[in-house]
Amino acid sequence: MNTILKLKKANLLGRGGAGFPTWLKWKLVKKAKAEKKFVICNAAEGEPGVFKDGFLLENFPEEVINGIIIAMKEVGAEKGYIYLNPLYFEKHKNRLKKIIGKTQIIIFKKGKGYIAGEETALCEVIEGKRAEPRNKPPYLSEKGLFGFPTLVNNVETFYCVSKICKGEYKHARFYSISGDVKKPGVFQLPESMTIAEVLKTTGNYPNFDFYIQSGGGASGEVLLKEELERPVSGAGSITVYNKEKTDPFTLMEKWVDFFMEGNCDKCVPCREGLFRLKQMIEKKDLNKDVLSEIFFSLSEASFCSLGKGAVVPFRSFLKKIMNIEA
Amino acid sequence: MRKKKIKIMIDGREIICFQGQTILEVARKNDLKIPNLCCHPDLEHSQSCRLCLVSIKDRKGFFTACSTKVENGMIITSDSPEIKKLRKINLEMIFAQHVESCRDCMRSYNCQLLSLAEEYDLDLGKFSDRKKDYPVMQFGSAILFKSQKCIDCRNCERICKKQGVGFLEVQEHGPFLEIGPCSENNKDCVYCGQCIVHCPVAAFEEADSIKSVEAALKDKKNFVVFQFAPSVRVSIGEEFGLPYGTVVTGRLIGALRELGAKKVFDVSVGADITTIEEANELLERVRKQQKLPMFTSCCPAWVRFVELYYPKFMPRLTSVRSPHIILGGIIKKYVAEKEKIDPKRIVVVSIMPCTSKKYEITKKELKIGELNPVDHVLTVHELACLFKSHSIDLNFVKEGKLDQILGEPSGGGVIFGASGGVTESALRSAIRKLTGRKNARINFKKVRGLEEIKEAEVKLGDVLLRVAVVNGLGNAKRLLENNPKQYDYVEVMACPGGCIGGGGQPIPANPAIRKKRAQSLYEIDKQKQIRLADDNPVVKELYEKFLNNKEVVHKVCHTQYYPQQKEKIKIIKQ
Repeated sequence: MNTILKLKKANLLGRGGAGFPTWLKWKLVKKAKAEKKFVICNAAEGEPGVFKDGFLLENFPEEVINGIIIAMKEVGAEKGYIYLNPLYFEKHKNRLKKIIGKTQIIIFKKGKGYIAGEETALCEVIEGKRAEPRNKPPYLSEKGLFGFPTLVNNVETFYCVSKICKGEYKHARFYSISGDVKKPGVFQLPESMTIAEVLKTTGNYPNFDFYIQSGGGASGEVLLKEELERPVSGAGSITVYNKEKTDPFTLMEKWVDFFMEGNCDKCVPCREGLFRLKQMIEKKDLNKDVLSEIFFSLSEASFCSLGKGAVVPFRSFLKKIMNIEA
Repeated sequence: MRKKKIKIMIDGREIICFQGQTILEVARKNDLKIPNLCCHPDLEHSQSCRLCLVSIKDRKGFFTACSTKVENGMIITSDSPEIKKLRKINLEMIFAQHVESCRDCMRSYNCQLLSLAEEYDLDLGKFSDRKKDYPVMQFGSAILFKSQKCIDCRNCERICKKQGVGFLEVQEHGPFLEIGPCSENNKDCVYCGQCIVHCPVAAFEEADSIKSVEAALKDKKNFVVFQFAPSVRVSIGEEFGLPYGTVVTGRLIGALRELGAKKVFDVSVGADITTIEEANELLERVRKQQKLPMFTSCCPAWVRFVELYYPKFMPRLTSVRSPHIILGGIIKKYVAEKEKIDPKRIVVVSIMPCTSKKYEITKKELKIGELNPVDHVLTVHELACLFKSHSIDLNFVKEGKLDQILGEPSGGGVIFGASGGVTESALRSAIRKLTGRKNARINFKKVRGLEEIKEAEVKLGDVLLRVAVVNGLGNAKRLLENNPKQYDYVEVMACPGGCIGGGGQPIPANPAIRKKRAQSLYEIDKQKQIRLADDNPVVKELYEKFLNNKEVVHKVCHTQYYPQQKEKIKIIKQ
């Protein structure tokens, strides 16, 4: 059975957050006709509460690199990249280099800002340009790095690829658990588990009133404790907040600062909308109408998914915790 | 390759268009208004303002018209309640970045933002001004950056990069990435002013010379003389609602007289002298096969570019001064003597399509003794403002005539305003000189047009002269770095299309508008009886009576070049 079919059978979805079927991504790049192709392993991981890629690089770098090599062979790429956030770059570069050996895989240090981890922006960075997302289409599978078809997958995805090809894949994923919990860390558990089960199994289910953020400690949706009978979303993180002890404005300010620091400031909704949101949070003056306008603009008019997604935590938090439906 | 015709629908209207066009291009061609601020035909779309959002049938979400290509059968809505709402929110946020200072804004009578504010009924008090404490900076004596008006579309950064300069860059300011001047020591502005022409909200403006010109006019001791550049006659009409490219030479002269000009001259006459001097120098260099290719030097942004970034090419620049500097010298020396006016009383004001000319007149090496050939430079844009503040309207003004002591220009002098004009005029003169034939070749169509690099081979006696005509500094940079030696004569104008696309020209400017301005200049040339600088009677007279010895010619018509350094950026207001 060829690799792409194996990935399809395993029903592997990208573990970077977007959850796109991996086999389809591979097929598109494989099908593309070009004199050159690239494979990029995205290890830009930088959102609060998400740290499982770091864990994998620390503990299973061989599997990750094996996954990259399989991808390069499968789609016909001569060259691969591991695109690492600066912290991981310093920590793991020497070890990774050793494992890579003579294979054509380049270790590349990520550009500044959260947006530099977005798959098209990271291509810009590798090309030596400013970290800004590209217009889609064309998709990376047609015109990616330096204009050639490019496959970008997350660290965990490559790990899973390696496991699938070895016949050792058990439909597990790596959960990052953080916040007001007893045992923060990365846990490998079945991907079908609900959030409540994950928290219980890992001994992290709180005995106080709480809510969580699923799939990213900034961009993740806020869920109440009665909403946890569902699997985790996005990059597979669970951040637990003690309802009584968490100051709503401090929390929202942390999110908004993260987005403002991490965005590219190119488009009006994201640059200005987030700034106005921050002003309102700082002044603790949450005008529902203005909020709803800003959210509408962010979600519908932003250039890329950073701006579009930035609405998710605020909307869900305001509705569920602060009773403001904007 | 012929483009495929397709059919689309915008707001219920069926439109035939071409594959490969964007929705916005099609809308513009068909007079459908889709609001946008950041999209400029000279630049790749940046999609930053998010105003041109439209929706497309059977597709989820909204799409920017500037970047979305049309497809056959596409059904587009450009104006739904949701779209309106999104535009309104975005506009309110843009408005809250841009500190309105309409009273002293050059564009207040032609402001896209204001008209959109009205159209979308904005609540301007919703948000506080984000940039109210941002500074005003001045680059050299030419350009102002009012950063409190900037809406971060980054068109200026992109055009500056396209110009091969890269002085304006995106910098980290707190949590924002914003435009600022480069602090690197070896990088400076060349004052081409393309940032002004490409800024949608007048965050860039020419450094103000209106006040000093008004002061000069008020002081009765002064004898204020105006001279206007070749391209001004085909562009200033736009500031008064006239169609692009309307020729308003007579009206312009009349208006200047109404303003209080003691004399009005045409810089194109100076261009005739530039032509003759430059043709001589070219023939000389070709004969000696020295310092080739010879580069033109009429464009001060180009000269500064060479002096700043490529000083090793300085000897290749022709030593001939630019037309308005030559004519300014003639006014203060020749006209002053003939008309018995104390040259110290004369104030020469040049009307220029250019911001870099404001910098040029500060160059010490251009002084003739104690005299500055030119005292003030007004851009076309500034002159229009001055006219308006004096209630002078080019639509109603009486036509005037040039002061005949400096006569009328040849056609060759007039086409200096378009890319290729200097070359064509100089070639006319060089061939005449070499052959002595009265009916020597006049038209050199290969050097005309808006293409960024034009090449021609011209027979100059026994020599085949290899000519390149370049507009846009980025293209000039490429030529310098590749192989300039493949040419003998190279004309460079910093701005797209030459001076008709200058940084001091009316806004908007785009390829279609520049084309119309250029066409009008060539039409004037075609209509002229005298098309060759050498045949211009006043020029002949000047050479007989004034420019009749080497020393005077050298002082009035030639200059030297010096390596330049970065000028300190002035913070005017914070």
